[in-house]
Amino acid sequence: MRKQNANISMAATLRKFEDLKNEKFNEEDQITVTSEEQIQVERSVQEIFRSFRLRCDIDSNLPKLLRWEHIQALKHWLTFLPPGYKSLDASRTWICYWILHSLSLLEVKLSDDLKDSLVDFLKRCQCSDGGFGGGPGQMAHTATTYAAVCALCIIGTQKAYDAINRDKLQQFLCDVKTEDGAFCMHRGGEIDIRGVYCALAVATLTNISTEKLFEGTAEWVISCQTYEGGFSGCPGLEAHGGYAFCGLASLLLLNKGHLCDVDALLRWIVNKQMKFEGGFQGRTNKLVDGCYSFWQGGAFPLIHSLLAQENKEPKWLLFDQGALQEYILICCQYPAGGLLDKPGRPRDIYHTCYALSGLSIAQHSIDGEKLILGSPENKLAKTHPIYNIGPDYVLRAGSYYSKLDIPGNEPSFL
Amino acid sequence: MGDSSSDDENAWVFYKDRPEWKDVDPVPQDDGNADIAAIRYTAKFKDVYDYFRAVLTKQEKSERALQLTKDAAELNPANYTVWQFRRDILKALNKDLYEELEYSQHIIDEHPKNYQVWHHRRVLVEWLKDASKELHLTELILNDDAKNYHAWQHRQWAIKTFNLFENELAYVDQLIQDDIRNNSAWNQRYFVINNTSGFTCEVLKSEIKYTLEKIKIAKENESAWNYLRGLLLHDKEGLSKNETVTNYCEELYSSGNRSPFLLAFLVDMCDEQVSQGGGDMRYTLERAEELCNSLANQYDKIRTKYWQYMAEKIKNKAEGKSEPSPPSDDS
Ligand SMILES: [Zn+2]
Repeated sequence: MRKQNANISMAATLRKFEDLKNEKFNEEDQITVTSEEQIQVERSVQEIFRSFRLRCDIDSNLPKLLRWEHIQALKHWLTFLPPGYKSLDASRTWICYWILHSLSLLEVKLSDDLKDSLVDFLKRCQCSDGGFGGGPGQMAHTATTYAAVCALCIIGTQKAYDAINRDKLQQFLCDVKTEDGAFCMHRGGEIDIRGVYCALAVATLTNISTEKLFEGTAEWVISCQTYEGGFSGCPGLEAHGGYAFCGLASLLLLNKGHLCDVDALLRWIVNKQMKFEGGFQGRTNKLVDGCYSFWQGGAFPLIHSLLAQENKEPKWLLFDQGALQEYILICCQYPAGGLLDKPGRPRDIYHTCYALSGLSIAQHSIDGEKLILGSPENKLAKTHPIYNIGPDYVLRAGSYYSKLDIPGNEPSFL
Repeated sequence: MGDSSSDDENAWVFYKDRPEWKDVDPVPQDDGNADIAAIRYTAKFKDVYDYFRAVLTKQEKSERALQLTKDAAELNPANYTVWQFRRDILKALNKDLYEELEYSQHIIDEHPKNYQVWHHRRVLVEWLKDASKELHLTELILNDDAKNYHAWQHRQWAIKTFNLFENELAYVDQLIQDDIRNNSAWNQRYFVINNTSGFTCEVLKSEIKYTLEKIKIAKENESAWNYLRGLLLHDKEGLSKNETVTNYCEELYSSGNRSPFLLAFLVDMCDEQVSQGGGDMRYTLERAEELCNSLANQYDKIRTKYWQYMAEKIKNKAEGKSEPSPPSDDS
């Protein structure tokens, strides 16, 4: 029987440590760079799993989400970043989004003053010719525009909504659209599938999408589906988790998910979950990485909805939700707050956002069921698997902007 | 490190102290009063970018502005605004683009995973209409990291735009010999064939042979199995009718091999047979179920839910074939 009740919560159980040794990489006497790196990662993960089991015997509450530590780290980063972050100086709207989304997953409310300051800053990143740059005075960029619009939707105040110049935003998207339906990252910039996703996400969130703006886009996205089943950044390249998410989410935003080979996509993506580590790799024969918890994990609810359209709806999300939670909670948390790619790597804001987003995806099954590893206190808020902001923020932005006219939609005689 | 700008930190003269910049008023960053995502810039970073904003605002396309963009780009090579303005200046001053090409190689070498430096390179090559150095450059980068996505993207673009396919298959073959699990190399193999001979019957035959030999070496190598599937996408008969492949898989299975990729392949063959109908349906169905069960419970446990789903999907498909639309019965 299908459980139809919302809010059913189940405890996920840890995989048996003894069984895991059968899940390790089989090198088959072919020692290559790929196998050596993989085995090294498995060793470090095994060490962490082993010491975790010892602590588990004493503390049945484990694994524990370090909620307080993450919140402290995020709040600190929101205002203060050491000079080493200069490499993200052209991604400051991203920093806002990563932190705000992480805090919302951790169910932290922002003060009104802070919201106003954030809106004020993001407005300074908006360009006179439309769209948002990575910081004040920088050119508009589709990715930093996505980040700024998502951040403003999370803030969700009237001031935040009104901060976006929708006419100019639409003009910017028109300017960066290419002849074959793709989008450049900025005027004169590179073209890849991120541009499509970011353009679609902001256009639909702010209700400036027109049929013409995305003419040919679905076909271009489809041309990025590779023989492996995933999507690549551009036609011809290798299937890749980040780009696969962009491709799939774009098709769903265009209502054209059926155009891709869903079975092939599903086959590719289920195989990106690492049998020992529990987390996801981004590409075939690459290493596990905490950020793919979302890029790959987040695709499962989307695939689920596509299969449901085809009357092939599975009974559950088609990846091992418990194993992913193991990887994130046991291997990716930095003790002083923040999350990371894999053991031994430094924590950073980007991985904090996407590991938490992936954890949320893994905890929330379909139909409101929950599957929580560790104490119920580990539960995060839900995320919208297309936009990766809270579902309520999507709804509220939708109801706000739907009352406004779509720019450029008035009858034209040209 | 060979980064000259950091080595000379002490000898660095701030733009604000340079007589030749006296005529320019620096433009501080317009951050507002609150500290939001506020990076504590070094004095050098702030100085360079205050002057960069000044020339950008004035749209000053001069020699000194060009030099300034170099300093700005070296402090943060991910600043796309800096690179875009640098290109504007290069064009306006009609600069020697081969010199710039040389410079871009250095910066790619230092930041091989940066979008902006690769894009800069690509625009230069487009302007010059000369891709003679691109294969060599990307090989240098791939020597260090054979899966660098940016390098592959640049290489594919150069090969396709300037028709440099000639020796690519040999290069790919070398990479697969170096690391049979290098999925980027397998993908490149597909790219080359797809854009040259295409997957004709003959090519399919020889590629299948090549791939099966590679599978023989490492039977749990997903890259080779995925490539095999890619090849069979071009076989009009589908996945399950190619005798070479079918025989190979059955022999491998009979020999006791239980690579999850082999079993998965066999499942998809059953799935296809059920879709097409014909044959011994009951046998195919039983086999699919057995394979899915052994994957779910023993050989591929992380994907248990997927294999359960596949078993059910194939079963439903078969039932739909034998009895037209039976009343749905939720179990
Ligand atoms: Zn990552």
